[in-house]
Amino acid sequence: MTTTPSEQAANRQAAAREAASREAPTREAAAALTGVETVGRTAGAAPTMRSAPEPATGITGAQSLVRSLEAAGVDVIFGIPGGAILPAYDPLFDSQVRHVLVRHEQGAGHAATGYAQATGRVGVCMATSGPGATNLVTPLADAHMDSVPVVAITGQVPSAAIGTDAFQEADIRGITMPITKHNFLITDPDEIPQRIAEAFHLAATGRPGPVLVDISKDALQATTNFSWPPRLDLPGYKPTTRPHGKQVREAAALIAAARRPVLYVGGGVLKAGATEELAALAELTGAPVVTTLMARGAFPDSHRQNLGMPGMHGNVTAVTALQKADVLVALGARFDDRVTGELSSFAPDALVIHADIDPAEIGKNRRADVPIVGDARETIAQLTDALRTEQQAGRTPDLAAWWTQLDDWRERYPLGYDWPEDGSLSPQYVIERLGAIAGPDSIYAAGVGQHQMWAAQFIRYEKPGTWLNSGGLGTMGYAVPAAMGAKYGRPETTVWAIDGDGCFQMTNQELATCAIEGIPIKVAVINNGNLGMVRQWQTLFYEGRYSNTKLHVQDAAGKPKAVRIPDFVALAEALGCVGLRCETKDDVDAVIEKAMAINDAPVVIDFVVGHDAQVWPMVAAGASNDDIMAARDVRPVFGEGQV
Amino acid sequence: MSRHTLSVLVENKSGVLARVSALFSRRGFNIESLAVGPTENPDLSRMTIVVEAASQPLEQITKQLNKLIEVIKIVELDGGAAVQRELLLVKVRAPMAERTQVLQTAELFRARVVDVNPETVTLEATGTPDKLQALLAVLAPLGIKEMAQSGTVALGRGPRSMSGAGTLRPVERTA
Repeated sequence: MTTTPSEQAANRQAAAREAASREAPTREAAAALTGVETVGRTAGAAPTMRSAPEPATGITGAQSLVRSLEAAGVDVIFGIPGGAILPAYDPLFDSQVRHVLVRHEQGAGHAATGYAQATGRVGVCMATSGPGATNLVTPLADAHMDSVPVVAITGQVPSAAIGTDAFQEADIRGITMPITKHNFLITDPDEIPQRIAEAFHLAATGRPGPVLVDISKDALQATTNFSWPPRLDLPGYKPTTRPHGKQVREAAALIAAARRPVLYVGGGVLKAGATEELAALAELTGAPVVTTLMARGAFPDSHRQNLGMPGMHGNVTAVTALQKADVLVALGARFDDRVTGELSSFAPDALVIHADIDPAEIGKNRRADVPIVGDARETIAQLTDALRTEQQAGRTPDLAAWWTQLDDWRERYPLGYDWPEDGSLSPQYVIERLGAIAGPDSIYAAGVGQHQMWAAQFIRYEKPGTWLNSGGLGTMGYAVPAAMGAKYGRPETTVWAIDGDGCFQMTNQELATCAIEGIPIKVAVINNGNLGMVRQWQTLFYEGRYSNTKLHVQDAAGKPKAVRIPDFVALAEALGCVGLRCETKDDVDAVIEKAMAINDAPVVIDFVVGHDAQVWPMVAAGASNDDIMAARDVRPVFGEGQV
Repeated sequence: MSRHTLSVLVENKSGVLARVSALFSRRGFNIESLAVGPTENPDLSRMTIVVEAASQPLEQITKQLNKLIEVIKIVELDGGAAVQRELLLVKVRAPMAERTQVLQTAELFRARVVDVNPETVTLEATGTPDKLQALLAVLAPLGIKEMAQSGTVALGRGPRSMSGAGTLRPVERTA
């Protein structure tokens, strides 16, 4: 019997698939299944200590750039080359800095963000001029909103061509001014080391954020000298890190007198590495803690004092605790509209202590009674000391009544969900099981929408840096590339991307990067065939008129057809990943465990779930937190005479 | 709402003006006038920005301005404690029959004649915005052909300066 090559290949694939389903999935099985070699990686997670960089004369600007990046401690760059940045890629070829060739610059930017959020180090991405640079706009805006330290290097057309509408010219410095912490345009090669050093300093210190360095092609090609460390010339940049002692003492006095205090913890606590200090403060005060979407993992969910997440989809107790508080201690949080709801009715009786490293956040949305500018770690440590002094002086508040109240709410309005009436799989159940099986040591990166909220609600976070998401900008498509960056930075850790089918179709091309570069992330696609969160709003606010939210194929009656477009399992395999599917409750644990057993290839699970599941509780956009709905048409009853 | 004059020392680098003006528009603040020029230090420029804002938004404006890396220092110069001037060039219709009236008005406001021709006279005047408004009000019936007016520039009164010894107190960086 003769077979054609394509038939042989098909047979091999079928045999491999059969083998893979029979045996425990292994590297070999995965490789055979996908036909893709996964690259072994030895480059460690931590940047290796390098000897002091040697000065050099008569080198190119591009060589100076690569030496500067090495000297800055960069271990990986996510990027794509192109004309204007091309000179930089030549010395990069010989550098110990690893370059991960992504498939789209947006992927490079989110990967740098995920890397930074998972490791606390500065993430680096690189792109060419024009469209390469403009494709970084979304991830830069994303990193800016969530205060993530990222440095973006872009090529620019030669300086003589700037302003002439040259091929692939875009004013990326002008474009990114409002969405970066700072940016530079370099046309003089001698400036390269200094600007790179400044970019890393700016990105990582103070309130972190993205910094873009645009370098003209002629500056990369010209001859220059290199020495390190360069002098930083930032006379206008002096972030306040030490809090004012008087304000800290005032805050402590306020907390010591509070009857209904709440620690309102934001992402700044994670950025500052202040989780141990926070735990000490929480223990000392005995006060309830709420962790915002950006702060999940800053305080263990298993801790009795953790009420969970506040906000639009926060739980009833966390939202209501803020509303009824008499003292709010905001730590690295920014009173975002998704947390406060209608601002004028937010926490109406609370005195506000607002600690943030960015003075512009204080008083921006809510007036602060005690403003504290400083690094969260130092601030919380000093606040704890000051509070200890208060307690030694006999001022220890009795929070028993407050806790009785809180526990009552917790008991009456726990987070929960109903199984879909049509017998389909519950997305909340999938996410809950994923969290339980993958455990608190895994990293979870979510996209944006319903699955993101469920992942924030139903996975229990115990450790900092284990929850990555796009909080401020709400960038669909964040999950896969961010997970890739996180996995690169922490290769020993299991990294799950929890994505919706809408989000997944925006950036799944980076799975090819993961497969080829040896970055074995795991992806749980919560596939409800719809833009689920938008559909939920259409259900609630637009009389169920589902305008342009159905992603699946429909028949004339609007019912989903059996055909899958795309078939995520086939897509995963096409991208060099292991593709799995789960459609029933009974299979959920097994398929997650199967994915957990594959450590050397990316895995995608297509969880086909019901499309009518909704995220609850909910405070409608613009509504008061007092009007929180525990579930559809279920308004919590707080009762008369309660605090 | 009230008028505030902010004197902002910035690094003398390209793009700073774009950053400052973009910040105002992006955050929804209105600039009444803006003047940029060199200072005694060649590395620094001074922007004098007049804004119309209530005190709470003003605080947010200055905090956001302070976040710009190239902004060195911000001082609010309020009315009595600062000298504030604008420059006005105005081309007035001045046929021979009415020329005396134009020149008398100029003298009253201590404006100088900087260009003359048979049809018009161009006057140069400096002063507070109020004084220049008053001058324009008097000239208007005579026929203003064209005018150009600068933004306000301002310096604090007294021996202190924004940089160097005995400096003026900056608008709080902290809350």
